[in-house]
Amino acid sequence: MKITLKVWRQKDQNDEGRFVEYTADHVSPDMSFLEMLDVVNIGLVKKGETPVAFDHDCREGICGSCGMMINGRAHGPGRGIATCQLHMRSFRDGDTIVIEPWRSNAFPVLKDLMVDRTSFDRIMQAGGYTSAKTGGVPDGNAILIPKPVADEAFDAAACIGCGACVAACPNSSAMLFVSAKVSQLALLPQGQAERTARVQRMIAQMDEEKFGSCSNTYACEAECPKQISVTHIARLNREFVASQF
Amino acid sequence: MTLDSKIPGGPIDKKWSEHKFHMKLVNPANRRKYKVIVVGTGLAGSAVAASLGELGYNVLAFSYHESPRRAHSIAAQGGINAPKNYSNDGDSVHRLFYDTLKGGDYRAREANVYRLAEVSGSIIDQCVAQGVPFARDYAGYLDNRSFGGAQVARTFYARGQTGQQLLLGAYSALVRQMDQGSVKFHERREMLDLVVVDGKARGIIARNLLNGKLESYSADAVVLATGGYGNVFYLSTNAKASNATAVWRAHKRGAFFGNPCFTQIHPTCIPVTGDHQSKLTLMSESLRNDGRVWVPKKKGDARPAKDIPENERDYYLERLYPSFGNLVPRDVASRRAKEMCDNGYGVGSSKMAVYLDFADAIKRLGRDKIFEKYGNLLDMYKQITGEDPYQVPMRIYPAVHYTMGGLWVDYNLMSTVPGLFVLGEANFSDHGANRLGASALMQGLADGYFIAPYTVSDYLASTSFTPAPADGPAFKEAENTVTASINKLLGIDGTKTVDEFHREFGKVMWDHVGMARNKEGLKKALELLPKIRAEFWKGVKITGNAHEINTELEKAQRVADFMELGELMALDALQREESCGGHFREEFQTEEGEAKRNDRKFAYVAAWEYAGAGKKPVLHKEELKFEYVKPSQRSYK
Amino acid sequence: MNSFFTFINSSVGKKLLMSLTGLFLSLFLIVHLAGNLLVLRQDGGESFNTYAHFMGGNPLVRTLEIGLFLFIAVHIVNGVRIWWQNRKARGKRYDVYRLDENTTLPSRMMALSASLVLLFLVVHLRKFWVPARFEGEQNMAGLVVTTFQNGWYVLFYLIALVVLGYHLRHGFQSAFQTFGWKTKRYAGLIEFAAAFFWLVIPVLFACIPLYVYLTGGAAVASLR
Repeated sequence: MKITLKVWRQKDQNDEGRFVEYTADHVSPDMSFLEMLDVVNIGLVKKGETPVAFDHDCREGICGSCGMMINGRAHGPGRGIATCQLHMRSFRDGDTIVIEPWRSNAFPVLKDLMVDRTSFDRIMQAGGYTSAKTGGVPDGNAILIPKPVADEAFDAAACIGCGACVAACPNSSAMLFVSAKVSQLALLPQGQAERTARVQRMIAQMDEEKFGSCSNTYACEAECPKQISVTHIARLNREFVASQF
Repeated sequence: MTLDSKIPGGPIDKKWSEHKFHMKLVNPANRRKYKVIVVGTGLAGSAVAASLGELGYNVLAFSYHESPRRAHSIAAQGGINAPKNYSNDGDSVHRLFYDTLKGGDYRAREANVYRLAEVSGSIIDQCVAQGVPFARDYAGYLDNRSFGGAQVARTFYARGQTGQQLLLGAYSALVRQMDQGSVKFHERREMLDLVVVDGKARGIIARNLLNGKLESYSADAVVLATGGYGNVFYLSTNAKASNATAVWRAHKRGAFFGNPCFTQIHPTCIPVTGDHQSKLTLMSESLRNDGRVWVPKKKGDARPAKDIPENERDYYLERLYPSFGNLVPRDVASRRAKEMCDNGYGVGSSKMAVYLDFADAIKRLGRDKIFEKYGNLLDMYKQITGEDPYQVPMRIYPAVHYTMGGLWVDYNLMSTVPGLFVLGEANFSDHGANRLGASALMQGLADGYFIAPYTVSDYLASTSFTPAPADGPAFKEAENTVTASINKLLGIDGTKTVDEFHREFGKVMWDHVGMARNKEGLKKALELLPKIRAEFWKGVKITGNAHEINTELEKAQRVADFMELGELMALDALQREESCGGHFREEFQTEEGEAKRNDRKFAYVAAWEYAGAGKKPVLHKEELKFEYVKPSQRSYK
Repeated sequence: MNSFFTFINSSVGKKLLMSLTGLFLSLFLIVHLAGNLLVLRQDGGESFNTYAHFMGGNPLVRTLEIGLFLFIAVHIVNGVRIWWQNRKARGKRYDVYRLDENTTLPSRMMALSASLVLLFLVVHLRKFWVPARFEGEQNMAGLVVTTFQNGWYVLFYLIALVVLGYHLRHGFQSAFQTFGWKTKRYAGLIEFAAAFFWLVIPVLFACIPLYVYLTGGAAVASLR
């Protein structure tokens, strides 16, 4: 297959940035999208140009490093996958693919397609944990958690922190990300003690990072590689209201 | 220098508790005066940084990732072992100890392995308290499954994402300490040198990957938890950035390298599709609980799987190992798959794959149950291959997965450089020559939560420190070494990319230092590898400069270190004239084709000392004594 | 625990305020519709005029009316604030952005539908509320008939009601999500109730201008 790429190139945080066109020849449908970019990059290096920078690591959809806007969709076409799981068989010979970094003021572009998502870590720091000190805890089976509760907590805990929810949201809202953690710990008995403070602090931090607010378009749910449901956002809202009383 | 493993005396089940009692302590009020550097924030790194932070030490944590949550521990799928005996099937600390030692083919220290088994139960408790959503039954109790190399169900799991959930648990403990100010996290920093002052590890040189600046950090102890070096082979299940640079540079500063040739090849990975392949994807070993491995009985049978009738299929693992069946340890399963393909029974277009079939399990348990147990894995397979594993059997082939070797450490997890501790996959310790499934997460967290916090404290309490400021001569010297090496790389301006060199080097490693090794091949590797390395230093092309985000430069440094490490692996494999676990020397096998150990000559840990550039490394041997388990020929029949 | 001010100024707090005012305004639509349907009683406008008179004269209703305008104002001001902050949050826009593949049309055009509803509201108030309240208009039924004998007005009202339906299509159920009540268990019930607001209410409202226009309105009111 032959693919034309329109890639966002930006030297560093201060650079304006622009689209640059590249052609990828000899693309195999079995290639992953990132492998296709690897091949383009090898070509660029050989020509003495700087390769396209993008975050990636595990390439099996779990580390959450990769993420780019591909033809206007976070992580590209398809549901329930991260960029690294996208394969070229999802495209056709002769296609033009536009690749942009996640866009959000809370995710400043570092270079090309790499963005800074440390705002997520700062939100987690504001309470995305239970204060269980090493060693001072009861036996695992001393805390009984019925399977449906454990399962629902797991659904929320599956978040990989990739930022696709923010990227896809018309408001750059981080509600799905925040709700996943709040919901997980609100469901589990272990999270009860800090329930009130957690939701308040995490939302305050989310606002401080200048993420937008949720307008319930559910674009986040549609693009989440782990298909985390917006019912967790409902739970987050409920937790937040309840925390006021 | 003689190796002192510092194994405490006394009976094996009392060693750790006695040892802990005799350790020196640091008064809580004095702890914040001590600085500890933790490099790597995966399971072991996050756990130790959080635990030391909780104790009150001043912790500096480093990762080349933007966030601790990106560490490759996150990709572990199957589970974590603990001898809780919740399944009432006769499990105990002693049995886990025994299984792990035996699984490692008797090339690990008894005392370390026992301690690992002993503390592993606490890990489950700790993780549950953190909110890790382990699988539960309807009554709310923790659920277990069985794993390769064990006949009890002792594996705790969180669907196929156990590593993710455990890492997020450790990460949550870490961010809590970051919030409280006891841990300062330095993101996107890559450790490029260890600084040794007066014979003690006192700091690191790290490159800020965002602007290329070299930064010096001084401390009282340095903890490395930087993972394994499977990416030496280029194609492995490791994440793209996983590298050996931190441990290799520490090695060059005096830390011995233990058993570098012990590599684990994981039997269930998705086969290679073409030259563009950038990495391999693992399918959890847990799939072998319900999936059946087979090949056609007829050589070169090109019929699609569904057209091959039952009586023309060879379920070779069940045939060869009736008692363990599809659940034999990884090294055995891998080697048998390779053997089947080498003999012409392989399937798929490349013929380098065997089937892993769920048809029977789907018939027995129903599609829903299989989905619930393995849904995300099967989806992952479908996404990558475009084939539906609910309809056609999966194709699998072994791939490099884990390295049992690593920096040599004593019982306290301290390397041969005083003050340098090494945790998790980065050290050589507990898995011997082969790691059992669901034991990597166990070891990383055991080291991080329950061992290193004690032993690091003991070291700090019992050592007197002279000031070692970050602008001192040792730091300057290390910084200059790093700068020189970076400049040298950038000055080459050759014609081949880093990836091309890496691929070429990795191919030689896989062909000759891979799943099956022999003297001739290893010697050939030792000829080829230095040649590729020399070509690399003459012909690599790296664009950009040192003062910006430069991913090519990052890769080049890592590959340069892999190339040196790869040679050491070949050298180590050559000297070990026996087969054990993942190290299979074709010259040394039983009549049935199983690994044949030579306990008389090789019951030792090979610890290699760096002797300087271009000089042959020096081999030191730590004899392994077995007092509680009598080494026997492993049998899974 | 944080202060009420912090709460209401947080992103979730603002959304809650939006939902609360939105739901109140939706409830007002029921009252408004019930009254308006009196127009269709073929009594020459007597019932409707009595109702209009009551609404204009009762002190309690007048107080509620102030509350209603307050809610409208809060809904608007708060909405504009949210819209502006959300716009700012994106920073640089995407060159290609296929939101349409992931979201419903009503959810994407809330700001637009809101602006159009506001435009309609201004015209509507000028047409009916101002004459009744400030210009001493007694025969409201008659005003309805004269207005809707004009086809352009009818068309304008019909379009406005479609837009209102769109706004409520997303807004009503969205409020329940924001309150956190839209769980799997109640999602169906909420969707059902929402259909009353975004579909039934606008259709019933639309009946009035249509009926007047099509029948000439002779039975609805006696024109002076």
